[in-house]
Amino acid sequence: MASGIKDKVAILGMGCSNFGERWDKDAGDLMLEAFDEAIVDAGIDTTQIDAAWLGVAYDVVSVGSSGIPMSFALRLPNIGVTKVENYCASGTESFRGAVYAVASGAADIALAMGVEKLKDTGYAGLPFRTIGSTLDMIGVEGSGPGNFAQLATAYCSVHGVSAQDLKRAMAHVSVKSHANGAKNPKAHLRTPIDLDTVLNAPMIAEPLGLFDCCGVSDGAACAIVTTPEIARSLGKTDLVTVKALQIAMSNGWEMQQAGGWNGAYFHTARIAAAKAYKEAGVTKPAEQIGMTEVHDCFSVTELVTMEDLFLSQAGEAWRDVLDGMFDADGKVPCQLDGGLKCFGHPIGASGLRMIYENYLQLLGRAGGRQLHTSPSLALSHNIGGQPSENVCAVAIIGLSNA
Amino acid sequence: MSTGILAFGAYVPRKRLQRSAVHAANAWFAPGLKGLAKGERAIGDWDEDSLTMAVEAARDTLAAFDRGQIDTVLLASTTFPFADRQNCGVVKEALNLPDRVATLDVGGSLRAATGALIQALRVTAGTNAAPQLCLASDLRKARPASEPELLYGDAAAGLLVGAGATIANYLGSYSISADFVDHYRATGSDFEYAWEARWVRDEGYNKLLVGALKDALQALGVAADAVNHLIIPINVRGIATSVARQAGFNPAVVVDTLADRLGDSGAAHPFVLLVSALEKAKPGEKIILVGFGQGVDVILFEATESLGQLAPRKGVTGSLALGKKDDNYMRWLFHRGVIDLEKGMRAEADYKQLAAPLWRQHKAVFGLVGGRCTRTGTVQFPKSDISVDTNDPARSTQEDYPLADRRARIVSYTADVLTYSPSPPFYYGLIDFHGGGRLKVEFADVEPGDLRVGREIEMVFRIKAVDERRGFKKYFWKAKPVAEES
Repeated sequence: MASGIKDKVAILGMGCSNFGERWDKDAGDLMLEAFDEAIVDAGIDTTQIDAAWLGVAYDVVSVGSSGIPMSFALRLPNIGVTKVENYCASGTESFRGAVYAVASGAADIALAMGVEKLKDTGYAGLPFRTIGSTLDMIGVEGSGPGNFAQLATAYCSVHGVSAQDLKRAMAHVSVKSHANGAKNPKAHLRTPIDLDTVLNAPMIAEPLGLFDCCGVSDGAACAIVTTPEIARSLGKTDLVTVKALQIAMSNGWEMQQAGGWNGAYFHTARIAAAKAYKEAGVTKPAEQIGMTEVHDCFSVTELVTMEDLFLSQAGEAWRDVLDGMFDADGKVPCQLDGGLKCFGHPIGASGLRMIYENYLQLLGRAGGRQLHTSPSLALSHNIGGQPSENVCAVAIIGLSNA
Repeated sequence: MSTGILAFGAYVPRKRLQRSAVHAANAWFAPGLKGLAKGERAIGDWDEDSLTMAVEAARDTLAAFDRGQIDTVLLASTTFPFADRQNCGVVKEALNLPDRVATLDVGGSLRAATGALIQALRVTAGTNAAPQLCLASDLRKARPASEPELLYGDAAAGLLVGAGATIANYLGSYSISADFVDHYRATGSDFEYAWEARWVRDEGYNKLLVGALKDALQALGVAADAVNHLIIPINVRGIATSVARQAGFNPAVVVDTLADRLGDSGAAHPFVLLVSALEKAKPGEKIILVGFGQGVDVILFEATESLGQLAPRKGVTGSLALGKKDDNYMRWLFHRGVIDLEKGMRAEADYKQLAAPLWRQHKAVFGLVGGRCTRTGTVQFPKSDISVDTNDPARSTQEDYPLADRRARIVSYTADVLTYSPSPPFYYGLIDFHGGGRLKVEFADVEPGDLRVGREIEMVFRIKAVDERRGFKKYFWKAKPVAEES
């Protein structure tokens, strides 16, 4: 097995725009808002960037094709900009491109940007699009809530959990994220909610109600990465380095082979998490990982993800959630920034937004939501697609001496 | 070798619209229709048409029969979804029949089905010709507050015709043609135009039909009192018995026209009623089937001892027993495209069908043909060059594996109110077929509370989407919960 990229790449600077209904901003404005913060944080100027990656999922309605829109918006110095798309994991995918470029020595300093402009469609939720010429004939074009809701029906059946118990645990997930998001000035949704509000909300896709679903937002997030040596030469002292970066992709087994996958977990997440822990040298995740930012597109997704990341035993996450294990004051806090649920979910930006929060918490720069004891390792988990066919990215970053 | 009917089958869609609900909405405008507002009529769901119903009737007809033997498929209807794309050809693909079968659409009259049946019977009579599958299906639209709206019903039926173990022998037929225009529907028009009922009764039923029936008895050499079942597929109250009496039959032999439970299924009705009669007939009994529409067809059968040996099937009786009462008149009007609702931006998606991929994948799309690895036995849908089996991703080992007639169980499901559906919520999920194969499916004929993990389902052929801009319908298979004992 490859030796991995642990500590080969450092984060020089990061930025994140406000997420939300940014009616007065287009995708270029949002990218610039995130970039302005990152370039100041990095302490460099634009001409020092060697290569760039751009993650966008719904290019037709937001940014347009190719890397050119970012090159225009940031007036990049005619460097290569690679556009990547991997569903909702596009943000982490762009981060991977930049990190790999630096790790390989092909670039000294690289930029990873994620952006999405979703609120121009005229309706809530994600835009409808073709799923390919074959699947348009034999597939099902459901919605995000409908696809992920099936985790819940399968979870109850597989683990013998009552629908009421699971619904209550899912509600706890959302209440916790709203409490966290309320403390985040950049978050889309900043109103705390109570359990009854979640339980009594209108149904979107059984058994997911309105508050089991994340917001759909406009926003951008970016990272500027380099080698630890260059970072130090530029005067950085508290270095955050990449410990692991793994992406796993479905190959059809979950969706096509009867009797295999049971529908109650993410096959890819378990593979990506196991590889990431190995790459980072993590042997006891629940003890060593200080916090997580996971892909809580829906409450049930976050719940099963705690099992997929080996933080809970299979079939036990619903109890751990109710016990407060992932609350802000719990053993392994999750979504300290509000998560997709409240920070918002501009698709292409989300993976980088998660890394942004981890980066801030590691450096003690998370303001009113800062953990009392800064973690030394933080994990982000970014899922794209749907439970039966998806791409899962797991990134672990940490202090360079961790 | 005797020739005649080898097997029968039928399909009646599940919903039974209550005529009282229709009249309750329209009484302010058409109070005179109150007399017709009794009982219920069968209505297809939004994703059904004459083509999908024909597929279901064919599957019922072919229960336990080797489909490879079929020589010809004939489909009769006055409501074909396509004017120039053979509808029967789609049925053939959905039945996964070999390419060498002949297929033909027969339309233009309510006599289309009896006409097609006579041709099939004559071709096979006295020969060892391979069986011909005759199908009839109609899903007719009607204007709100009209008589047809109350009288019609949606249904399909099938008859397998040929030599061998016949359940009813063909004894002969008689036909006349006459351009008697009691009603008509112009090409491209959704609704019929009908003439005064009293004139139709006097000149059409009492003269034309009664006269033809009398002449038929003479031509066929059978006495009226030798006939045990007389099928006159006319749902106007009292006409069937009146015609029977005038032609010399005992009115007691008139087969129930199912007016109160199903309605008039148009071109399909003669077949529907023949199936209904065969379900009750005893060996040796004679049956007369009449078709009426710009002339008259009369066909004489005699039931045989083999009738009792026919493999179990739903037929008309079984299909009628599965009915669910429905009093949502507005929903039905919307589903038939009679009224339009504000569907919102989510419904603006483009359902354009690309012709080349459809042809490339037509066995998967229409026949639900997957693949089975000849080395490991792993079943998958769709077929692929490399097996999905992670334990042995064998290459180029897959043989055709049809899944349409295999049952499955639900792995996961949801009821989605966000995605546009003509019949919200949109039900979909994941199923595992018994014997292998997994599929992400849309569910059909579902009501709240029907779905649960592990529930048994069966596949049905339905409309997947309609490209309204280009006038194309996309078909695929959906999963329907198997009816359970309550």
